[in-house]
Formats: sequence, structure tokens, C-alpha cells
Amino acid sequence: MALRGNLRDFTITQLLNLINLAQKTGTLVVDGPSEQAQVSFRDGKLAYARVGSEDNSLAAILHKANKLNVNQYRAIAERSGQMTDKELGLLLINAGYVSQEDILLNLQGYFTDVIRRLFTWVEGFFRFENEMLPPDDRINVRLDLENLIIEGSRQLREWEELQDEIPSLDMALKFTDRPMTNLNLSVEEWRVVKYINPKNTMKQIASAAKLNDMEIRRIVYGLIQAGLVEMIRPQSAQAVPKVNPKMFPTQDKEEQKTLINKLIGRIQKL
Amino acid sequence: MQTVKMVVTGPFSAGKTQFIQSVSEIDVVATERKISNPAERSIKDATTVAMDFGRITVDEDLVLYLFGTPGQKRFDFMWEILSEGMLGFIVMVDSTRPETFREARSILETFRAYAPTPFVVAANKQDIKDAWELEDVRHALRLDAKTKLLPCIATNKTQVKKILLELLYSILAEMESGK
Repeated sequence: MALRGNLRDFTITQLLNLINLAQKTGTLVVDGPSEQAQVSFRDGKLAYARVGSEDNSLAAILHKANKLNVNQYRAIAERSGQMTDKELGLLLINAGYVSQEDILLNLQGYFTDVIRRLFTWVEGFFRFENEMLPPDDRINVRLDLENLIIEGSRQLREWEELQDEIPSLDMALKFTDRPMTNLNLSVEEWRVVKYINPKNTMKQIASAAKLNDMEIRRIVYGLIQAGLVEMIRPQSAQAVPKVNPKMFPTQDKEEQKTLINKLIGRIQKL
Repeated sequence: MQTVKMVVTGPFSAGKTQFIQSVSEIDVVATERKISNPAERSIKDATTVAMDFGRITVDEDLVLYLFGTPGQKRFDFMWEILSEGMLGFIVMVDSTRPETFREARSILETFRAYAPTPFVVAANKQDIKDAWELEDVRHALRLDAKTKLLPCIATNKTQVKKILLELLYSILAEMESGK
């Protein structure tokens, strides 16, 4: 199976969305212009990330976050030897240097920063390795991707790309069945969310929220990418579709069904 | 003689012409000319400039025409014309070329805006090693769970038949629900 391609065709945001929706486990390997990134997921949630040859050990991450001073960091680096991050974490917690919450928050922050850096990569190749799991000797986290996806989508600025994704503002929006909790939306995004119902077209929402065409497209694109909303035909146009007189050579509904059944029978015999 | 129509659409080189050819009782009528864009030339030697159409005769009173839209974006002005009066449409996607997925999404949304008729999506070239799996194609195209996404090898008549049948079943279901 080949989940692989070029970043020109698929942005990091789109890949995260696919991984999130498909609840994938494995590692996304991205070969950028000058370095490689590896981002691991479990069941569609972010577990671990690294980029290049950067030191992403627990000690280095805590030092960067000023939870450990430089002397503590050096001492740990000299003495930790073959100690895993998990063992080091327990040691630091027991010694009172940091709490478990500190460790998890800082790891989440670091891994999120790696993803943010990847958002700027527009050249490169990606592949998803189902068999490559997060490394055992590192502490994994379990971070929902929705907010990251929305953030990545906010960075999308290309007018032509937005127009491609949302060609018509005459379509309406509805919420998907996914539960919406713990969402971090901007003021503008909340303003749009407030107006979402199947009767309001995006054009109408833009007018009510005082957004221009590009702004409404950018916001809606982010919400779509995060799987929160989907585009539909406005509700007034969704009543039982009128049969276009030209679709069938007859107006009689029973004859139309007979005609379709005849087509089915004929194609089955091909 | 009554005629009805289905449209086969999708990005350039997704397999539309081959799809129609697999079931049409006539050779697909297509106007060919040499590719002028070098990038397109690397993909295939010739392409349709006008509509493809194939035909399936049901009986002496009823004929089904299959219309294939021109693949290149510069011919998209034909899409609205071809979509008039269609029973439904099939969106072909080349499973081995993810760089075409965005265009496939755009084509799908455009046709949905033209007419609220049933449609199915066919993930073509599933026999090729680099083909994306169906569920990954579904997520990449942002298709909801209710949308029929079917594996396809356009040269395989059985698979092409199945896709046409699934579209007809959807049309029938929509007619039944409209009671």
C-alpha cells in the first residue's frame, strides 16, 4: 500500500487530517529540503515527533523550557548513560525537580512546535510507515490533532488554492457528526460557527460576519479540514429533488422506475 | 426511441474513456488530437478534446448514453452542458496520482452544484502497486460515509458494470425516497 507522495500535492495539514480521520497508527516520515522529520501517531493522535538530528531527549526539552538549568542538563547528560527518557522522567519526578504534568506539557509543546515547523515545508516527499511505531525509549503523548489542523489551516493564504477548495460560496454548511469539545477557535472562526446552519449559504454568512470572500473561504476551509463542518446544498434547495423533465423521457414516476429497472437488468447482462 | 444519459467525469487521464469503452457496444466516439502541453504528453499519447460517448442499447425503445467529459481543465465549459438532463454521474479518480485528488474534489463539487443527482466515485487503477487504498482515498477526497466509493479497474468489464449498477441503485433509492 502506498500512502506516499509530494508535499506539493498534499500539505501537512491535509495529511494530519487524513491521519486523524482514519485514526492511523504509524509514523509519517517527511523528507524536506535539508532534513527529515518523523512524526508518530497512535490511533490518529500525535504521540511523538522529531526533526533532523536535533536533540529531543527529555533533558534537552526540559532545559529548553527552563525547567532544568544548564548545569542540571549537563549533569544529566553526563550521568544518564543508557537511561531511557521514561526512567529519567521518574527520577526527576521523585527528586522533585519536575512534576508529571510538567513533563507531559513540555513534551506536547515540543512535539507541537515540530508540527508547526512542518507547516512551512512546501517542498519534499512524505510516506506513512504503518510498521514504524514511536520509539520505546521515549515518552509518548496522546494529543488530539484537531486544533493543530485548524492552526495549520490558518496558515493557508493562497487565494487560488482556497478558490479551488471552495469554488462556490452559494453552498451552505452543516456540522458533521463528530463531537466538538475543547476547540480553540479564533474570534473570527467563532463568528462563522455562530451562523452555521443548512439554510445559510457561505455568502450570507460572510455578509453577516463582515468577512470578505477570501476570509470566509480561509475560515471555512480550516473548519472543513478539521472535520467539523461539511458543505451541502442550501436547505431550501434540498427538498426532494425535482426530477428534471429532461432526465427522463417520461414524467410518470412508475414509468421512470420501470426504466431504471430495465437499465439495471440490461447492465447485469452485459 | 427513448434516451437517457449518465456522465463520466474526473481529472485528466483518470480512465474515463477506458471506462466507457469497457461497456459500450460502439467504439467510444472521441475526437483526438495531439497533445500540445508537454506535461500531458508524458502521461499519454492522445486525449479527447470533445465529448466521449458510448452507448448501451436496452431494447428497441430505450438507449443509455454514457458521456465522458473532457479531462483537461481548459475544457470545463463543456461540463455544464454535458450535465444537463443526466440521470447521475461517476467521478473517476486515478488512485496512483494523489496530485489529481484536489482536482477530483473540485470537479465533484462543481457537478454537485450543477445538479442534485446521485453519483458514485470510482477509484481507478486499483490493480497498480502504487494505488492508494480506498479508505485513504475517501479521506483524501473528504467523502462522507454515505458516498459510494468503489474500486475500479477501467479495463475490467465486471468492475465497470458494478459501478454503473451502484449508480443505478442510488438513482432508484432516491426515487423511492421521493415518494
